[in-house]
Amino acid sequence: MGRLTEAAEAGSGAQAAHWAGPPPTLLPLSPTSPGCAATMASSDEDGTNGGASEAGEDREAPGKRRRLGLLATTWLTFYNITMTAGWLVLAIAMVRFYMEKGTHRGLYKSIQKTLKFFQTFALLEIIHCLIGIVPTSVLVTGVQVSSRIFMVWLITHSIKPIQNEESVVLFLVAWTVTEITRYSFYTFSLLDHLPYFIKWARYNFFIILYPVGVAGELLTIYAALPYVKKTGMFSIRLPNKYNVSFDYYYFLLITMTSYIPLFPQLYFHMLRQRRKVLHGEVIVEKDD
Amino acid sequence: MRHHVEILDAKTREKLCFLDKVEPHATIAEIKNLFTKTHPQWYPARQSLRLDPKGKSLKDEDVLQKLPVGTTATLYFRDLGAQISWVTVFLTEYAGPLFIYLLFYFRVPFIYGHKYDFTSSRHTVVHLACICHSFHYVKRLLETLFVHRFSHGTMPLRNIFKNCTYYWGFAAWMAYYINHPLYTPPTYGAQQVKLALAIFVICQLGNFSIHMALRDLRPAGSKTRKIPYPTKNPFTWLFLLVSCPNYTYEVGSWIGFAIMTQCLPVALFSLVGFTQMTIWAKGKHRSYLKEFRDYPPLRMPIIPFLL
Repeated sequence: MGRLTEAAEAGSGAQAAHWAGPPPTLLPLSPTSPGCAATMASSDEDGTNGGASEAGEDREAPGKRRRLGLLATTWLTFYNITMTAGWLVLAIAMVRFYMEKGTHRGLYKSIQKTLKFFQTFALLEIIHCLIGIVPTSVLVTGVQVSSRIFMVWLITHSIKPIQNEESVVLFLVAWTVTEITRYSFYTFSLLDHLPYFIKWARYNFFIILYPVGVAGELLTIYAALPYVKKTGMFSIRLPNKYNVSFDYYYFLLITMTSYIPLFPQLYFHMLRQRRKVLHGEVIVEKDD
Repeated sequence: MRHHVEILDAKTREKLCFLDKVEPHATIAEIKNLFTKTHPQWYPARQSLRLDPKGKSLKDEDVLQKLPVGTTATLYFRDLGAQISWVTVFLTEYAGPLFIYLLFYFRVPFIYGHKYDFTSSRHTVVHLACICHSFHYVKRLLETLFVHRFSHGTMPLRNIFKNCTYYWGFAAWMAYYINHPLYTPPTYGAQQVKLALAIFVICQLGNFSIHMALRDLRPAGSKTRKIPYPTKNPFTWLFLLVSCPNYTYEVGSWIGFAIMTQCLPVALFSLVGFTQMTIWAKGKHRSYLKEFRDYPPLRMPIIPFLL
């Protein structure tokens, strides 16, 4: 739902600033974000601004809203600048490491604290939607951020043997470029000075970054499978007091297969958004 | 004086149909039937006709001359998609869990190890759980056939896939653990089972009482809505405190079942169900408040005093 409003937003940065909040998340956090495609696709049909009406209240009187808007705008500007800077630092650290060491081995270890910090910090974006200062669905943002948290904490952090896989660098590069583009896009929109090349980058980079990110993530999970199976980590076996079981190995297999239906949906949605925003195409959305 | 009715597509504004010589006292339902004649793929249940392309759907009972239209009425059409009857959906989504649970109870081959095929659990609570679960869904099937009076005839077809996945999936997940050879009976033994069973039975009776009370509110074939009130049946006295005691009792039943089986998947199923029913209860409560000025102020949607 945030998407359709975003498309209008992205057309002129001026509109975004008046809205007292950054345009809703268009590019999902992870170019892949498997879980979010279905929810996004379904939220698509509702073209209304869902996020801001989360509280179920009517819009406040204009004067009051602008005052709230100033605090919100200030905070969001600070947030987006910080995140842009954070991911820039990550990008630079990664480049420097490779230039100094000539290998990707040990790269993850060297940047892991920064990665975990800034990726986890992105949980705030769920709060932004909850309190309505960002007009995107809480569910959509929640799913996006969750998929990133999953990769960082439940895969690369927890399964040490795969940290030196090439696939890790693959998705790290995709994420880094995506996030720098996305957060600077929001920052400039909030500051009412959106250079066309940032908008261009935001709506074109994903064409390569999505598949690259998906590949990186899937290959990484695949590489982790043998280790998960061997150690039985994160799993609960029967018998136990609460009569439940959980097998992390099968959970990962299911997660991987879920990319298959979800990624294309998301990708084609992005392509449609791109056509709308960059080429002003009028696209009649499909009926329910 | 006869009316003309033109029907346009709500999205493309394309002229789909022109009906001339329509009686002024014709209802929307009758107009839908006329529209179906020229576009047979759009049977009345999947038509949404409105006065404004982005407005609310007109009701089947609305009469043409009572609408704010001139002698030529312009109606906008939106296709609601393939429809399926509520009764069909309910029967399918409830028959599944009944059957699926029994597959696990009887330990049909290929579920547990081969040495367990067609064996029986040595725990009483497992047999009790099967009776409760089966009773619950048989009750639901019978209520669908003989008790409920539905406001709407149909719902979108995709709902049946969504709903069946939910009911059938959870039923299989719960049944797998309760009927597992390695099932662990409740920590506090027979005491816990007896208490939980009592909760379950009381809530089942309560839920049934509410369904009957709601049925009696509405005469057969009508779509009238009235404020439900407590009757002589003590189980209906919960109406004093909540708008949707049927949901309250339903949550109670599943909590009882969860305590009885001490099975985490059952608790999760109860939680998900509770969340969904709370959303429905809040919606119903809001409709009641909107429609009836004299709605009892003490009532909460689903949990007395709280929610």
